[in-house]
Amino acid sequence: MNKILRKSNVFYDVYERRPGADKLTTTYCPGCGHGILHKLIAEALEDFGVQDRTIFISPVGCSVFAYYYFHTGNVQVAHGRAPAVGTGLKRANPNSIVISYQGDGDLAAIGGLEIINAANRGEGLTVFFVNNAIYGMTGGQMAPTTLIGQITMTTPLGRSVENEGYPIHMSEIIATLEAPVYVERVMLGDTKSIMHTRKAVRKALKIQIEKNGFSFIEVLSACPSGWKMTPIQGEKWVTDTMTKYFPLGVKKDISDTFEGRDFSRKNVEPSELHEVLDIKETRIDAEKIAPFIMKLVAEEIKIAGFGGQGVLSLGTVLSEMGMRHNYEVSWLPSYGPEMRGGTANCSVKISSKKIGSPVVANPTILIAMNRPSLDKFETGVVSGGLIVYDSSLIDRAPTRTDVTVIPIPATKMADELGNTKIANMIIVGALIKYLGIMSQEIVLDSIGDVLKRKELVPLNQKAILKGAEFIKNIK
Amino acid sequence: MSEAASRGHVVINTEECKGCGLCIEACPPKVLYLSKKFNTHGYHNSAYKGEGCTGCGVCFYACPEPGAITVFKRWDLMTDIRMCPHCREKHKVYSKSTNPDELICTQCLKPINEG
Repeated sequence: MNKILRKSNVFYDVYERRPGADKLTTTYCPGCGHGILHKLIAEALEDFGVQDRTIFISPVGCSVFAYYYFHTGNVQVAHGRAPAVGTGLKRANPNSIVISYQGDGDLAAIGGLEIINAANRGEGLTVFFVNNAIYGMTGGQMAPTTLIGQITMTTPLGRSVENEGYPIHMSEIIATLEAPVYVERVMLGDTKSIMHTRKAVRKALKIQIEKNGFSFIEVLSACPSGWKMTPIQGEKWVTDTMTKYFPLGVKKDISDTFEGRDFSRKNVEPSELHEVLDIKETRIDAEKIAPFIMKLVAEEIKIAGFGGQGVLSLGTVLSEMGMRHNYEVSWLPSYGPEMRGGTANCSVKISSKKIGSPVVANPTILIAMNRPSLDKFETGVVSGGLIVYDSSLIDRAPTRTDVTVIPIPATKMADELGNTKIANMIIVGALIKYLGIMSQEIVLDSIGDVLKRKELVPLNQKAILKGAEFIKNIK
Repeated sequence: MSEAASRGHVVINTEECKGCGLCIEACPPKVLYLSKKFNTHGYHNSAYKGEGCTGCGVCFYACPEPGAITVFKRWDLMTDIRMCPHCREKHKVYSKSTNPDELICTQCLKPINEG
């Protein structure tokens, strides 16, 4: 029975990340429950030997800096989003031990749906929900868990049922769901309750380690500063008052019968997806693209017009064709909620180098299909860039003198071909001819792969040729 | 030589103590008290009366600071001082009651290898 109870190795010896001179103490107020719970968690992680594969998620709230203290993997997440981030971490690394540590403002207010849905999916997470009945870090405002009649910064007359409703019982809500394995409400009050909390913490972590199950531990915890009490009064208030509204105890426990959740990472093979989505492998004809492989291409293209003009599909065709020439490509649409009408634009990048971001702020090429688009994007084009505009719809020429300007009466030409909607393909044909970075033959051959309605292939091919013809004549 | 064949010892790291008093409230044999002195943070830190600790560990779990309290269950405080290889100074040591040759420095709490 020789034992030394000392600072756990799961804590850093010195909190180097903590700014300022004091790197040995936590940022918590004297008597705060966070420190006690931190110690219980750290002790369990050390005893179970899982420190190296633990990822601790710090929330927003007083425990936002938990990564100062825990010598584990750490992620600090946006307010209330710990269960969503935890889901991603756990699914990408099923063997990691993911701890979602959240306060009542974080979990029960802004993150209410995140936790309910993560619990409902039964993600293999351990959630520690620290309930102190107020927003502690911001100065003691009312939280969803504030007791009826409790005086806070924002309820100076006490929380009233008519105005603010009832305290939310998160453990009871989570316990009604089918997937959670173990849900208990505990408290950090007297010695006995702290030792009971220790047991609950260990049990919850065990469920994740052994069975990959979801567990939820609500910890009633004192906030002496926020409650304007001494630490001892605070613990007494937890024990005597909080427990009346938030009854302690196991709300759900199916750990005996729970068979466990698969620990393997679920990967979908690309071939399975291709089959379901009816996608063909992109064919790259080495012989035909040979004249283009040495080209240094770095085009950033902005295509803009009104909805229905084929602005987005113009971008898709350009990027799809880029792919067939072994370029790196990206396509990023931006449009309003209307299916027809409204404005739409898309950003396309075609590059011989890897693309870092699909965002195009200053295009090298602007394709303007209507007047508002030209007005909006003309100034952003890089000096020495290219502006292509539909001169049958736009009644002014661009004013920039440091760029190349190509007017194409695309809509008029499309009309002559018998379908106004084909104006976009006339521009594709013209642009490909003008830039010389792709083979017209490949574009004509593979346009059918890109179009959903195969009967329109001949018309599209005709439009591409017409656009190319137009460029040849003005060059 | 054992100074006091005690059931336990508690060491308060005064610089990590915030003086909340939860350990004092929780301590069953009431051997902790709030010091009259200030630590560098300006808190009256918790302190051990020097005898009567049972090594129960209740104060350790009551304390919110990870490193403020260390409890030695069934370790004896020795009267003689030893050279600590970690501190590079001579300090008092704790010896394990079941294996008196196992020693720990009272300052840095690291083991002292007698060999």
